[in-house]
Amino acid sequence: MWKTLRQIGSVGVVTETPPQLDEQLRVREHLQAQILGTLGRALCIRHIDAGSCNGCELEIHALNNAFYNLEGLGIRFVASPRHADLLLVTGPVARNMELALKRTYDATPDPKLVVAIGDCGCTGGIFGRSYASAGSVANVIPVNVAVPGCPPHPKRILAGILTAITAAATRSSDP
Amino acid sequence: MIRDWLTQLVQLAAVLVLAPLLTGVTRKVKARLLRRRGPPLLQPYRDLLKLIRKETVVAENASWLFRSAPYVIFATTWVAAALIPTFATGLTFSAGADLIVIVGLLGTARFFLALAGLDVGTSFGGIGSSREMMFASLAEPAMLMVVFTVSLFAGSTQLSTISAYMLGPQMGLSISLALAIVALIIVSLAENARIPVDNPATHLELTMVHEAMILEYSGRHLAVIEAAASLKLLLYMSLIACMFAPWGTAVAGGGAAAYSIGLVAYAIKLAVGGFLLVVFETATAKMRVFRVPEFLGVALMLGLLGAMLLFVSRVSQ
Amino acid sequence: MIQALWLPGPLLLTQLAAAAIASLLVLAVLGVFLARHPLGSRFVYGACALVCAALAGLALLALLDPSPTPSQIRLAVGLPLGQTLLALDALSAAFAVIVNVTSAIVSVGAIGYGAHARDPQRVVPFYPAFIAGMNLVLLAQDAFSFLVGWEFMSLASWALVVSEDRSEGNRYAGLVYVIMAAAGALTLLFAFGILAGTDGGYSFAEMRQSAAFGPAALVLVLALIGAGSKAGLVPLHAWLPLAHPAAPSHVSALMSGVMTKVAVYGFMRIVFDLAGPPSWWWSVPVLVVAGVTAFLGVLHALMEHDLKRLLAYHTVENIGIIFIGLGLALAFEASGMGAAAALALVAAVFHVFNHSLFKSLLFLGSGAILNATGERDMEHLGGLIHRMPVTAVTFLVGCVAISALPPFNGFVSEWLTFQAILLSPELPQWIPRLLVPAIGATLACSAALAAACFVKAFGSTFLGRPRSQVAIAARETDLWLRSAMVAFASLCLLAGVLPGWVMDALRGVSDVLVGARLDSQAAQPWLKVAPISADRGAYGGLLVFAMIAIAAAATALIARRVASHALRRAPAWDCGFPDPSPATQYTSGSFAQPIRRVFGSLVFRAREHVEMPKPGAAGAARLRVDMHDTVWELFYAPVIRLVDVLAGHLTKLQFLTIRKYLMLVFATLILLLIIIGTWR
Repeated sequence: MWKTLRQIGSVGVVTETPPQLDEQLRVREHLQAQILGTLGRALCIRHIDAGSCNGCELEIHALNNAFYNLEGLGIRFVASPRHADLLLVTGPVARNMELALKRTYDATPDPKLVVAIGDCGCTGGIFGRSYASAGSVANVIPVNVAVPGCPPHPKRILAGILTAITAAATRSSDP
Repeated sequence: MIRDWLTQLVQLAAVLVLAPLLTGVTRKVKARLLRRRGPPLLQPYRDLLKLIRKETVVAENASWLFRSAPYVIFATTWVAAALIPTFATGLTFSAGADLIVIVGLLGTARFFLALAGLDVGTSFGGIGSSREMMFASLAEPAMLMVVFTVSLFAGSTQLSTISAYMLGPQMGLSISLALAIVALIIVSLAENARIPVDNPATHLELTMVHEAMILEYSGRHLAVIEAAASLKLLLYMSLIACMFAPWGTAVAGGGAAAYSIGLVAYAIKLAVGGFLLVVFETATAKMRVFRVPEFLGVALMLGLLGAMLLFVSRVSQ
Repeated sequence: MIQALWLPGPLLLTQLAAAAIASLLVLAVLGVFLARHPLGSRFVYGACALVCAALAGLALLALLDPSPTPSQIRLAVGLPLGQTLLALDALSAAFAVIVNVTSAIVSVGAIGYGAHARDPQRVVPFYPAFIAGMNLVLLAQDAFSFLVGWEFMSLASWALVVSEDRSEGNRYAGLVYVIMAAAGALTLLFAFGILAGTDGGYSFAEMRQSAAFGPAALVLVLALIGAGSKAGLVPLHAWLPLAHPAAPSHVSALMSGVMTKVAVYGFMRIVFDLAGPPSWWWSVPVLVVAGVTAFLGVLHALMEHDLKRLLAYHTVENIGIIFIGLGLALAFEASGMGAAAALALVAAVFHVFNHSLFKSLLFLGSGAILNATGERDMEHLGGLIHRMPVTAVTFLVGCVAISALPPFNGFVSEWLTFQAILLSPELPQWIPRLLVPAIGATLACSAALAAACFVKAFGSTFLGRPRSQVAIAARETDLWLRSAMVAFASLCLLAGVLPGWVMDALRGVSDVLVGARLDSQAAQPWLKVAPISADRGAYGGLLVFAMIAIAAAATALIARRVASHALRRAPAWDCGFPDPSPATQYTSGSFAQPIRRVFGSLVFRAREHVEMPKPGAAGAARLRVDMHDTVWELFYAPVIRLVDVLAGHLTKLQFLTIRKYLMLVFATLILLLIIIGTWR
């Protein structure tokens, strides 16, 4: 125990600055800026593995370490979708997980956001739409932000989450 | 009389306002010990504000008990917290409610929380409820033994009298008190669902105790329950401070200066308590569920030993 | 205290009470003829309720009457050279209030419940007789009428226990019950015999004056065995979890809630009143037995999944708590600490009152569930809170009250007992001083385990999803049973919120028994009770209740004002996959498993065995839990074997020749002549 405490005292804080937002990742915005403001400063995330290979999960797991420090931004992971505001979905939604994903989405109270992670989540990746998988997450539940990559860098995932909870600078004016 | 009522009302408000701040401080210090920048100090307030603005989702077969339990739990915990002298003694309500009542009120809160866990009829709630009641079957007697020890010293179960006695000159070092404080610390760790008894941040249902009972709650119900949980942590820290570190507490009837000193002293005690709790949590690992009864059994034995030493050492008239 | 001139004096009160008992006996006879008629049983139960209410009123007047000496009435019936003496002194009056209030409300509930009995003619005649027997025990002022009442009570309740004799379990329960009741009454007879002393007077007044025939300690032991077996002290409790569930639910309510209290009355009368001043070590066996009883009782209750057996074992625990209070009172009285003894006594009698209220409430609730579903097994119930709302609310009140949680009445008696324990460092002897904190820890542990037990009971029965078709089809009970349960629940709340009134009423009891009163109680306002002094410890029931109510209301109002109003009903969160059956939720056995593992592995030698089928076999795996009833194996089984062996040897007496019989008669005659010759 003393060794741990000595080590804590000697090394300082190693957290890096959070990344910039990226509007390219946004798919749809359906919540008002005021609500996003409340959600954004105290966000609870529920992660769902809808048939992923766990590559994205490793990167999401890295978000909780001292460098990317999700908790310092007021964001934390929770165990129950009833406690969650944002659903973080990975994988191309295997058919066996389709119903589970829908039920999880229904179990989450409004207002809620959905972020799809990885190529599988955005477009179906190498699996696509088949007898075994539904393709992208957007085919099952409405998605707010999609972060491509196989797997995406934790900084990109963090940028995606932050984009989801920040209102767009310009309202929907472009075709 | 008016002063006592005013003190009581300020106390009622103060514990409510300070409880999330205490949680924020513990999270910040824990993050610093883990080499990261923690969430802002006011983060728990933001969490609560966000929760009350969310929709409340209730299971189809949930009953009126599920929907009213959060309010009962919060009310009993708040009343119990309002009875403990924090910055000043001489609270009006403590004339009718003493330490045993505080233990009883916490028991009521736990009873309804366990029932709420069983209400929807899923297995997660059952895990939480049965483990919680098993821990309570050992933690509550240990707590009562600590109450006996302290009451025997002060000759009363009223917290104001106990606090005044501990401040007074006739108090010296005592083995019974040392045993009692160790037992109370163990009980506090168990009752507040901290490591090594329960991990408040776990996501694995099989390792949950407190969290498992509230998996079904959302929105304003969850906000009330989270507020009650942070209030319970504040309650136990105030209890330890009031009984074993009462320095700086204003005695009833003191002037405005004494009350201000009392407030500052209380804030310092909370900060120190939070820091010590976090250091202990960072340095230890969580126990297996069936190791916890042995841990709590130690607390019960220590409390019983402390009480027995006092009983035996009294000189008979 | 109302002192109006038109209220009956003490003599008239006793005469009216005796008349009420006689009318109960008349009702019992009427019941024989009226039982088969559909409205007849309702009439009998209703009349019982009225008579019991009248008796309760009379007893309350006698209790609140400040005159010190009660007046006795003499009846011509009795022993050939003696008479039957009846009177209502403070102790009798207190217990009579408790017994009759509970009986009255249970009878009201029975008006509705009794209509569901399969053979009403087996239940209805014995019910008023049972109540009459209990009241006779309470009013008796001489040993003969006491024992007659005691046996009458036992026999009437035995008849009620075997009223549904179609099942083997009920017949066995009746057999065990009648054997233990007979043994208990025999020990009480010996106790009275010793107390009667060399003068041989059988009235209580004569017993108080005369010297006992043997050591007073023997009286204590005999009273502990005799009254304790009827109350349910370990190890003489074995009949209780068999007999109480076997009887119809309204009778179980009376047996658990009231008859055990009459046994406590018997113990108090013999040990505190008739046996003279106690020695200091008398409290030690009482406290030890009581502590073991409380702990074992609640552990057994936790392992049960039959609702009525759970409640019966829980009665055992509460009797332990009552006897802890009595043991403390003995210790304080022997050391001359009058005020502390009065506190301990009031705590014990208050708990008697509380237990009769909430245990009867819970048994009536289980009767309602039995009516609605036909099930007593909690593993087949569930979800009843939606289908039986009033029963659920009153049962919840009973559960919270019995777990000793504020603001209900169970907490007050527990608080008083703890205050009495906190006074015990003043005791001069070191054995009680060492014993009392251990007993205090046992009491606290039992209270916490009781809360766990009732979370389990309420949770498995009323919450969750229904586990069987009968639970889905359950409907609320009739109006009579509901009103009785609501009456009990309201009394639980009232006694918890206004304990000062109850304590003031009980002051006379401690005066009679230990010669001291709780003075400081009368000086305090009715808002709070401060048994020793205000700064030593005070409890304001009304204050705590008001605080909780206001805090809860304020929180709910603010939440309604500030929070989002949106509410949506959705399926329960089951990790995304719909839960196939209600069997996946926690059962009562699984709820108790952690506690069984922690405590049960030592106390019951509980072991879990998992039988896995061989790889490839399609059978189900089985989980089996082995538990041993340690008290039965250590205590009853050897006695039963011994009786069997002795009976086997004695059987030879049935097959002797005429010559051997004549020799036996001759030898007995010689022996008796020798004894008479050498006696003087």
